[in-house]
Amino acid sequence: MRKLTFEEIASQVERLCIEANTVIGDDVTGALKSACAQEASPLGRSILEKIIENNDIAARETVPICQDTGMTVVFVDWGQEVLFEGGEIKEAIHEGVRRGYDKGYLRKSVVQDPLERVNTGDNTPAVIHFDLVPGDKVRILVAPKGFGSENMSALKMFKPSEGIEAVKKLVVETVDKAGSNPCPPIVVGVGIGGTMEKAALLAKRALMRHLGSSNSQPHLAALEKELLEKVNALGIGPQGLGGSTTALAVHVETYPTHIAGLPTAVNINCHVTRHAEVEL
Amino acid sequence: MEAIKLTTPLTKEQSKKLKAGDQVLISGVIYTGRDAAHKKMIEAMERGEELPFDVKDTIIYYVGPCPAKPGQVIGSAGPTTSGRMDAYAPALIAKGLKGMIGKGLRTPEVISAMQEHSAIYFAAIGGAGALMARTIKESEVIAYEELGTEAVRRLVVEDFPAIVVIDSEGNNLYEQGKEAYRKK
Ligand code: SF4
Repeated sequence: MRKLTFEEIASQVERLCIEANTVIGDDVTGALKSACAQEASPLGRSILEKIIENNDIAARETVPICQDTGMTVVFVDWGQEVLFEGGEIKEAIHEGVRRGYDKGYLRKSVVQDPLERVNTGDNTPAVIHFDLVPGDKVRILVAPKGFGSENMSALKMFKPSEGIEAVKKLVVETVDKAGSNPCPPIVVGVGIGGTMEKAALLAKRALMRHLGSSNSQPHLAALEKELLEKVNALGIGPQGLGGSTTALAVHVETYPTHIAGLPTAVNINCHVTRHAEVEL
Repeated sequence: MEAIKLTTPLTKEQSKKLKAGDQVLISGVIYTGRDAAHKKMIEAMERGEELPFDVKDTIIYYVGPCPAKPGQVIGSAGPTTSGRMDAYAPALIAKGLKGMIGKGLRTPEVISAMQEHSAIYFAAIGGAGALMARTIKESEVIAYEELGTEAVRRLVVEDFPAIVVIDSEGNNLYEQGKEAYRKK
């Protein structure tokens, strides 16, 4: 049986925290560049150019793209045939976050008790989502999440009869209400179905998808396209100062749900849609 | 669009000339503060104590920077959401604060205080903290060190890029810009 140790997991998470916070994905850069070419507002274009320049500097100098280096969300797809040695997997992940945020000079933005609000000082704990998968590989994806955008997210438990129109309305209204707060251009993750928490998780997962990819189901791909057009018609534009680029992408993910429900979650992300992953 | 060069302190005469939509490059001393520091400053005012710095004709930048790497003046330093400071801003504006740099909407109370005292709200580009850190030439914590990233800092900036979003007459680029590009 394959084995992975505490140190292997911790050191990979450490590296991924720094990488995710300093190097933006090529997919995001591509989306920013094509948005810049198409943006109707001259001020909007100048903002998009500065964002692209910022991301260049960050990657070149290994400094954070954004000072809000987020709460660290970690997705772990653990192959069932892999054994873990040397303690607790969760603790290995937290240890990786602790080291990454220290060595990478990343901002520590986590408070221990949500009501008493004392900073933990090392950005732990991470929010970890485990999934057990077939095989002997482990996939770890680290996605630091800024709260300017996280705070603008929404979740609604619709009646099935309210249908797709209610879903569309929620997405457009959530983006409209968010306005300039989530640092547009944004990326919108939509989760439909499952239970309350499943919808939220689907929406978060949707943000991890390669920008520019469409849902494999044609009716959902069409919904993504329609929603993108609708949110970009709002006029919010780069940084909310007016323009044709409010969102770079809308990604929709679904899951079977109960006969009586239509849970829908909208997770907003900024243009700093960061994630870095590794397969071990 | 040519950017307007601004040097702090920001006087009433200067602030009245700025219009929503102007791009500016700010140089000189500015101060940082987020919600926790604002809360402390307002509490200090209520107790009749001095503020960590004289707010008259100054600009406050809403930012919680990353730690500086060796050799850096400051880590990445882009704006945070201004709405969290809305409850505190009118009292500081009444004391003479002339400029705020952040991102996102402000409440009508903040805007009317701005109109009354000729203050300006600037937006910096959210998510461009690496770019903006380069324009910060000096950084010193001057109060509330225990707040860490949220402490009050005195910064010396050179050509710090920002955009006038709400001017002293209450013109609001968030509204005007959106209206201009909204597809009906
Ligand atoms: S919303 Fe994103 S880009 Fe804006 S400050 Fe937060 S992490 Fe940075």
